[in-house]
Amino acid sequence: MNNFFTKNRELTEKLGFSLLTLMTLLTVIPIIGTVIYIIVQGAPAMSWEFITGFPRDGMREGGILPAIIGTFYLTLGTAIFSVPLGIAAAIYLSEYAPDNRATRLVRLAIINLAGIPSVVYGLFGLGLFVLFLKFGTSMLSASLTLSIMTLPVIISTAEEALRAVPQSFRTVSISLGGTRWQTIRRTVLPEALPGIITGVILGLERAAGETAPILFTGAAFFLPRLPHSPFDATMALPYHLFVISTQVPEMPVQIQYGTALVLLVFVLGMNMIATLIRSRARAKRQW
Amino acid sequence: MKNKIVIENLTLQYSDGTESLNGISLEIPANATTVLFGPAGGGKSSLLRCLNRLNDLADVESVSGRILLDGEDILDLKMDVTALRRKVGMVFARPVVLPFSIRGNLTYGLELAGEKRKSRHDEAVERSLKLAALWEEVHDRLDDPAIALSGGQQQRLCLARSLALEPEVLLLDEPTSGLDPISTSKVEEALDELKKQYTVILVPHSVQQAARTSDYAAFFLQGKLIEYAPGTDIFTNPQHQRTEDYVTGRFG
Amino acid sequence: MEKDLNWREFLITRLIKFSGYSAIIFVSLIFFFLLKEGLPTLAEVPLGDLFSLRWYPIESRYGILPLITGSLLVTVGAGLIAVPFGIGTAIYLAEIAPRWVRNLLKPLVELLGGLPSVVLGFLGILILSPTLRVTLNLPTGLTALTGSLLLGGIAIPTVVSISEDALDAVPKSYRDAALALGATRWQTIWRVTLPAARSGVLTAVMLGVGRSIGETMTVMMVTGNAPVLATGLADLFSPVRTMTATIAAEMGEVANASTHYHVLFFIGMVLFLISLFVNVTASAIVFRQKKRAERILS
Repeated sequence: MNNFFTKNRELTEKLGFSLLTLMTLLTVIPIIGTVIYIIVQGAPAMSWEFITGFPRDGMREGGILPAIIGTFYLTLGTAIFSVPLGIAAAIYLSEYAPDNRATRLVRLAIINLAGIPSVVYGLFGLGLFVLFLKFGTSMLSASLTLSIMTLPVIISTAEEALRAVPQSFRTVSISLGGTRWQTIRRTVLPEALPGIITGVILGLERAAGETAPILFTGAAFFLPRLPHSPFDATMALPYHLFVISTQVPEMPVQIQYGTALVLLVFVLGMNMIATLIRSRARAKRQW
Repeated sequence: MKNKIVIENLTLQYSDGTESLNGISLEIPANATTVLFGPAGGGKSSLLRCLNRLNDLADVESVSGRILLDGEDILDLKMDVTALRRKVGMVFARPVVLPFSIRGNLTYGLELAGEKRKSRHDEAVERSLKLAALWEEVHDRLDDPAIALSGGQQQRLCLARSLALEPEVLLLDEPTSGLDPISTSKVEEALDELKKQYTVILVPHSVQQAARTSDYAAFFLQGKLIEYAPGTDIFTNPQHQRTEDYVTGRFG
Repeated sequence: MEKDLNWREFLITRLIKFSGYSAIIFVSLIFFFLLKEGLPTLAEVPLGDLFSLRWYPIESRYGILPLITGSLLVTVGAGLIAVPFGIGTAIYLAEIAPRWVRNLLKPLVELLGGLPSVVLGFLGILILSPTLRVTLNLPTGLTALTGSLLLGGIAIPTVVSISEDALDAVPKSYRDAALALGATRWQTIWRVTLPAARSGVLTAVMLGVGRSIGETMTVMMVTGNAPVLATGLADLFSPVRTMTATIAAEMGEVANASTHYHVLFFIGMVLFLISLFVNVTASAIVFRQKKRAERILS
């Protein structure tokens, strides 16, 4: 009897563990599969002309330079607005904010910002930046929209990095006659920097891959030239991939996969850099 | 004998109701070592942290009374606390070296104060390291990361770091609690030299250390000052029963 | 010199404080603009029409019910995939896998969260939808199911990441105690670890599923965009159209300040309120849990 129970229990455990392992495999394999598949299918499209050329023949031939440059500009523009603001907000939450209702409200607002659907950001950008502030459909409007969307990612990762710096460093710095800001700038911030950079890159990575927020704020279907000023609309990799996979009939598959691959390299490249910075900083950390 | 610090009827209460101070009055002489001792939670550290207003960082519910440093009330709202903290240096129980080089640790306070001249930095580095009896050991590797030093060396570096600012008062909160006996005696020797120039206020990590180092000693129990007397008296001939009980090891 | 320092300190502190509150400003601004552009809908479209079954803007039919049911259907489908697989993977990573496997796979799963949704939509069109059409013998592969499968994939990283953190945070002593009482590891997982981590897991599910209701590009590309009222899970096999996809597909072509324009903002407002509800509830769960933990500890 006892033996039977033990056996039964062991059997359940074995079955259960196998099931969970199987589920994990079913989760992980498609991820690896997707990435590998895009690399394999997109690689033949890679050429100097594809990277540095303009689209020709209704985008069915030529390169995707304007989309690459556009995504680069948008990411940069997003960084200009969201990085200082995000880091400052993180510093406030980690170093200044008292534990009270107002602070809880700030945290709730950040959580909500993170949860707002990307297309709603698009609507907001259209309403505020494009129409109300009259920035038009432009890189400026798109970047501003994207930066508000990335803000919560940057704030929460940067705050985590700041909080990880030992409290004793702050106490010592203050006891040596440092003001709060001196303490932050000279001791806390440098120590938290790798973590902050990681958060910034992860936030920008999301911005670089987004389509919905720029649909009606700054994305151009097709531009025969590169944008000249922040008030120009621009092509962008994710929007371009959307366009050539749904809006253009008889699109060569190779160019689609090529575009997907470039976007993937852009985004995953940022992800890898972020991961690398984090793990290197962890290894070097002295506390 | 000149009094460097005069504490008048100091009462302090934390928001969470832990350790507090209750009507403390105390006169601390210059150029001597004053020891604040007693069982944990008695208010020694709190008092110490009032003297450089480090308590500003904690959740303090209320403070009343006066603390006069050279006749000036440091609890005054108009007090420039950064200047005060430069004048009143502090060394903590656990050595906390900042994540810089040895030199970087020593010049940190000067840089905060706006002192940019390299000659002044170099002068302060050498002087403070010599005072803390660390110069011999580290003078040829000042640009190494401070974290590479041993625990005892780190604590002396922390001492030197405070001294680099040429303070007038030195607060030490159980500075040798994590150190081996040899390092401890090195720190104590350094302190013995230092009191000739500074006002040293020490929270010792044992009664023995209190007896060894004190010129004056104050016994704290549950936020109250029980007895204050020259060190030679308090450890050999305590006036209060409770002081005697503690000193002789009956509780604590 | 000192004076100078004080001024700078004052200014910087102000700036930092202001930035700290920026999140509140932005959430309010977003809500304000959605209201400003969305509320005129109520004056322009009778409520009965708004909650009717027909979305056909060209004929001024603005019934948003099919869009809401479309979003719900796709989201429920995504949840049915993301919840078991997400939690299963999280349990495997936190409780069963050796440390190195966890350290390898967790970032990999989180990588999926970094894949642009447009890339998944693209693969959905090219690979998943033809496959589904052939294997399930459907008239079209662009169905709610296609959207659910991909959205499930998008929600999984969130579910895995947060649940795994929650499971990992359960004190080892709990497990040790259960094992010492003779429980198997399997029993320990189900009776001790998972219940102890339940609020974290619940948060993970809410945020993961909440994220999929707001997903736009993938859904727009693969669900066929037919504004037909969905009444049950059987509709998973036909094309649907979600709220997000409707906004994304139509906003580019409407005239500013037209009724259609206002209705699209109105839909945006509904989406905003849904995400507000999900996030406030999720953080309330976390908050309550924290409070309980504090009670136990004190």
